Amino acid sequence: MAEETRERVLSIRDLDISFDTSNGTMNAIRGVRLDLYKGETIAIVGESGSGKSVTAKAIMGIMAKNQHINGGSIMYSYTDDEGRKETLDITKMSEDEVRKTICGKHIAMVFQDPMTSLNPTITIGKQIMEGMVDHYHYSKEEARKKAIELLDDVGIVDPEKRFGQYPHQLSGGMRQRVVIAIALACNPDILICDEPTTALDVTIQAKILNLIKDLQKKKDLSVIYITHDLGVVAQVADYVAVMYAGRIVEKGSVDEIYYDPRHPYTWGLLSSMPDLSTNTPRLFAIPGNPINLLNQVKGDAFAARNPYALQLDFEKQPPMFNVGGKHRVASWLCHPKAPKVEMPHSLRVKIDNMLKEVNAYGKQ
Amino acid sequence: MKRIALAVVTLFAITFLLFLLMEFLPGSPFNDEKLNETQKALLFAKYGLDKPFFTRFFIYLKNLIHLDFGVSYVITIDLPVRTMLATRLPVTIRIGLQAMILGVLIGLILGIIAALKKNSAIDTTATVVSVLGFSVPAYVFALLLVYFVAFRLQWLPIRYNARQPFISSILPTISLSMYIIATMARYARSEMIDCLNTDYILLAKAKGVTQPRVIRRHALRNTLVPIITVVAPLTVGIITGSVVIEQIFGVPGLGQLLLLGVTNNDYNVISAVALVYSFLHIVIMLVVDILYGIIDPRIRVAGGEK
Repeated sequence: MAEETRERVLSIRDLDISFDTSNGTMNAIRGVRLDLYKGETIAIVGESGSGKSVTAKAIMGIMAKNQHINGGSIMYSYTDDEGRKETLDITKMSEDEVRKTICGKHIAMVFQDPMTSLNPTITIGKQIMEGMVDHYHYSKEEARKKAIELLDDVGIVDPEKRFGQYPHQLSGGMRQRVVIAIALACNPDILICDEPTTALDVTIQAKILNLIKDLQKKKDLSVIYITHDLGVVAQVADYVAVMYAGRIVEKGSVDEIYYDPRHPYTWGLLSSMPDLSTNTPRLFAIPGNPINLLNQVKGDAFAARNPYALQLDFEKQPPMFNVGGKHRVASWLCHPKAPKVEMPHSLRVKIDNMLKEVNAYGKQ
Repeated sequence: MKRIALAVVTLFAITFLLFLLMEFLPGSPFNDEKLNETQKALLFAKYGLDKPFFTRFFIYLKNLIHLDFGVSYVITIDLPVRTMLATRLPVTIRIGLQAMILGVLIGLILGIIAALKKNSAIDTTATVVSVLGFSVPAYVFALLLVYFVAFRLQWLPIRYNARQPFISSILPTISLSMYIIATMARYARSEMIDCLNTDYILLAKAKGVTQPRVIRRHALRNTLVPIITVVAPLTVGIITGSVVIEQIFGVPGLGQLLLLGVTNNDYNVISAVALVYSFLHIVIMLVVDILYGIIDPRIRVAGGEK
């Protein structure tokens, strides 16, 4: 892969977001740094409350009233209608500006629950047309034609008929296809998928993931997946960022994260993934609860739940260590002077099994 | 069709119940002390009141089909009740409608603004207004309005005047609408807040729809659906409220007639007014059901679409 020729579309630097609550200030995002290249798929993984959705919404300029961006930048680069390269810092724009210039038109989003993300009182056709009419001032006829094409693109049979129907007349899988059609209506460059398959049947999940993959190729999209489902990540992503308590603790290519995880939190996540190959009587769960971000975080936020934590992990926040390739880890365990710590034995076995399988069948 | 049949059955049941209740009422329409027993018996015979209960009931029903409500026994002797209704009904409907429109509009606007500016001074004001509207009875407002606006400031007439129906109906309208404003504001606020937190509002934002459009296109309509359900029972408040309010402002409407009828044991008047009230209520419920379907496609009754 020619590293230099890749075009960077999104670059998040040191993003810091907090919420004012009645109990004090909650520091939800604490210095996130992430890049997205054209045509690439990255996955942000983490448990509930780790800040993945807040990050995604910040990219869309959707902010709660009590939310503050304290620092950092979200640089979005695109080629405008006249072919000039433009770069905007989304954090410096007002909510209205982001809505008018970026949302839908350049960055679109697919939400978790298709049952609730469509307006029940408006026909799906009108909901797809809305963005086109607002952003590009398409005529009704043009918009209608494009909407029916889009419905066809996302694999909805008989789009003419579906165009005039209401969301309650469609199944969950179909609704998610409609949501994807809405997202693609204005030809965005970036598609953010916030747990796009969590609310769907397992059988539909794979279909929706494949649909997004196909559309990504066809329309040259960059995709950000936000999920806690490591199975989904393995299927779709090129690059993975593991988030914990508002920070990215480990990031790298899918192979690096799955076959060579370095952060104890990633070990925990992978260990708690059910599989049939290892002979463990109980499913592993990471002990303890995520830390309360209302308090000042000292050292590594995961230290308290981490059986491998060093004294230093409790005292000083670890920097991102480069462990080779694109792989970066925020743990003192990766410091050259740190004592050598191996991942848990059961996980080692699990990964070895995965590797064996991959080698046996060849990588898809 | 089924609903209309149901409405007719309901009206029938109400008529029967009214008849039964009046049968058990003590006293008779003819309470003049100068009347002796024979004269009373003659009057009873004249109006057919000496006949057995069920016979009377069926005669009444038969006449009702021709919209004949009988004649008044006491208030204006021998005047057909239909004539009495014809002059009074428009007045009551006028004030009721005015109060309804005013109340719903102001209530909605107040509630929606409060929701959009949650926790602001406007929101607090709206909350105070709705708590007041809830807890203070309509007649207290009526008396306050009479004292300050009509008596002290002399801006508006105290009593209803048929020659200036609009000007003189302003105060009764305002008094009647206070409860509606309060209820509407409270519901509209909470529905709007719920609605703004839904996923489809988030999706609309993500589509790049500007905030005013998000509210107009997506939030308003979904806010209205549950609110319509509240409007129907509110009309009952208008009806019961009108009895008191019409008395205070001297409005020659149905409410006043009902009160007159009850104090004089004027059977035909009581049942006619009660029937008209029930009929109005049933019609409003039907209209609300139809409105529901128009606003929310999920509730459209079978046959509307396939």
